[in-house]
Amino acid sequence: MVDIRIPIGLMFSILGVLITIFGFVTMSDAEMYQKSLNINVNIIMGILMLVFGVIMLFFSWRKKKA
Amino acid sequence: MRLDLSWIDYLIMIIYFLFVLGIGWFLRKYMKNANAFLEAGRSIPAWVAGLAFISTNLGALEVMGMTGSGMKYGMLTTHFYWIGAIPAMIFLALFMMPFYYGSKARSVPEFLKLRYDEKTRGLNAILFAIMTILASGISMYALAILMEKVLGWDFNMSLWVSALIVLGYTYLGGLSSAIYNEVLQFFIIVIGLLPLVFLSLKDVGGWSGLKESLAPIVSGNGYAADTWTTTWKYTSEASGNPLGVEWFGILFGLGFVLSFGYWCTNFLIVQRAFAAESKSAARKVPLIGAIPKMFIPFLIIVPGIIAIVLFNDPGKGFTLPLDAAGKPIYDYTIIMLLKQYLPAGVLGLGITALLASFMSGMAGNVSAFNTVWTYDIYQSYIRKRTGNEEADGKHYLTVGRFATVAGVLLSIAAAYIAGKFGNIMDFLQTIFSMINAPLFSVIFLGMFWKRTTGHAAFTGLLSGFLMALLHHGLTVPAGATTLVKGGWIANLHTYPVEMAQNFWTAIIAFTVATLVTVGLTLLTRQQKSDEELHGLVYSLTPRTLAEEGPWYQRPVGLAIIVGVICVVLSILFW
Repeated sequence: MVDIRIPIGLMFSILGVLITIFGFVTMSDAEMYQKSLNINVNIIMGILMLVFGVIMLFFSWRKKKA
Repeated sequence: MRLDLSWIDYLIMIIYFLFVLGIGWFLRKYMKNANAFLEAGRSIPAWVAGLAFISTNLGALEVMGMTGSGMKYGMLTTHFYWIGAIPAMIFLALFMMPFYYGSKARSVPEFLKLRYDEKTRGLNAILFAIMTILASGISMYALAILMEKVLGWDFNMSLWVSALIVLGYTYLGGLSSAIYNEVLQFFIIVIGLLPLVFLSLKDVGGWSGLKESLAPIVSGNGYAADTWTTTWKYTSEASGNPLGVEWFGILFGLGFVLSFGYWCTNFLIVQRAFAAESKSAARKVPLIGAIPKMFIPFLIIVPGIIAIVLFNDPGKGFTLPLDAAGKPIYDYTIIMLLKQYLPAGVLGLGITALLASFMSGMAGNVSAFNTVWTYDIYQSYIRKRTGNEEADGKHYLTVGRFATVAGVLLSIAAAYIAGKFGNIMDFLQTIFSMINAPLFSVIFLGMFWKRTTGHAAFTGLLSGFLMALLHHGLTVPAGATTLVKGGWIANLHTYPVEMAQNFWTAIIAFTVATLVTVGLTLLTRQQKSDEELHGLVYSLTPRTLAEEGPWYQRPVGLAIIVGVICVVLSILFW
């Protein structure tokens, strides 16, 4: 049928990019990140999601090739 | 306590909704007959079905409830995971799945029909259909009220929008769509809640800092200082731990009766394994699901434990909404933690995780309901198969689609009833939760004792259920204010906590069902021939389990890995 890794990979890549960019844009907003113990969690989680999304897409692509 | 979301949070949610509906849209063209729609054509790979298996179980009430329980009971809550799920999942995979899958039954009620008779199936199908609708209505109500109180969303709007999205993707793509989305939802739940775990742990100084801060609070409540960070240590007496149950009750009540009843017979869960592509894959499904299941406590229980520390430290500014009696509403712990730690962006992700958990639970209910309705009620009592396979496949597909719409509408109705008469719904749910323990007894005896008869199974099922009801009517948990909690006939015994009452209700239901089924089997004649029971009973099924691949990819190898990890975790947090 459909390889579920494609929609998962796409969704996490898109969300990852979005949240990473948002993290960089709001980087100077110290007040906003006080909640998260002064850690810019958006950049960290955004990159993590992007990596996860790309890995999913890679596995799906590798399977298709084989 | 209001939590304001920004545009980015809504954007994340909308992207998630689009993907969920998109999966349904892509799968719609494969839905050519009832078999594809209701059974996913038995074509799902083991890892996909395995993650869906655990995702269905990770509904909104589970996430909200278990975080709340983490606050109330600490690490003792992990008993619902390690002893209260893993052994049952291993048993299901190794010993029961070969008969479930091999029987070609399309549902648990249908297995009862094949193994026993029509009346046993009918009883189970009807009780199950009612229970599923109730469960999905109650969780829908809980979600909508949470969103109203914390995010300020209109109650009716969140109820209808979330229900219609679930309806959208299950109507379009059936069970396949539910399963595929459950995998997506599983990852979103894990990733969405991950920052919460790290930030909250960091805030209290890691695990050792948490233990230190907990000690005075826990001692103040009259328990040993490390009660909230241990599991078995204080279970030699019921009064030594907040669960109010001693080790025997945990081991037998939770670890055996409740958990085997839930994991091995609840069609909502087992259906994911039924959809697997082969018998070997079906056996691996619960084991693959067991791996994340063991680690979910760190995702949802640990933040709950941290919440007690925050709650008792005015400097943290952490609050929980109070109920009418002035007690904190523990179910709100998770969302209040999200509010505490997550800034815009990841906050949207966290809220999306909650919505995803709600959807995975509800889609599970809906896709189990439409299958039982179509195959076990409609096909058995309203319009039987005609013999023309193609026409039948189309006809039952239409029926399945209608059942999907009806299931969602009935759940919405149940959600409104839950809002108006919450006590009645709690009561009904308590009652229907009593069907699982006798069911496990009957299915287990059916699979491993070829003599077990249909009359005995039917009576065992019914009497186990009625005795559970009677026990509930005669006992009360301490401090109960309404008859919903028990004692509606008379008050013969008071349990220290509700949990203990639930455990004993299940133990009694199971014991009675077993005694009645065994007793009546000896008194009645087996109506089924050995031929008919082929593939359904252990002793009448040839063992052809030549599994392929390296040992760690075989069911037994996987089961050993799961078992070892579970034992190690239990020892680490003893």
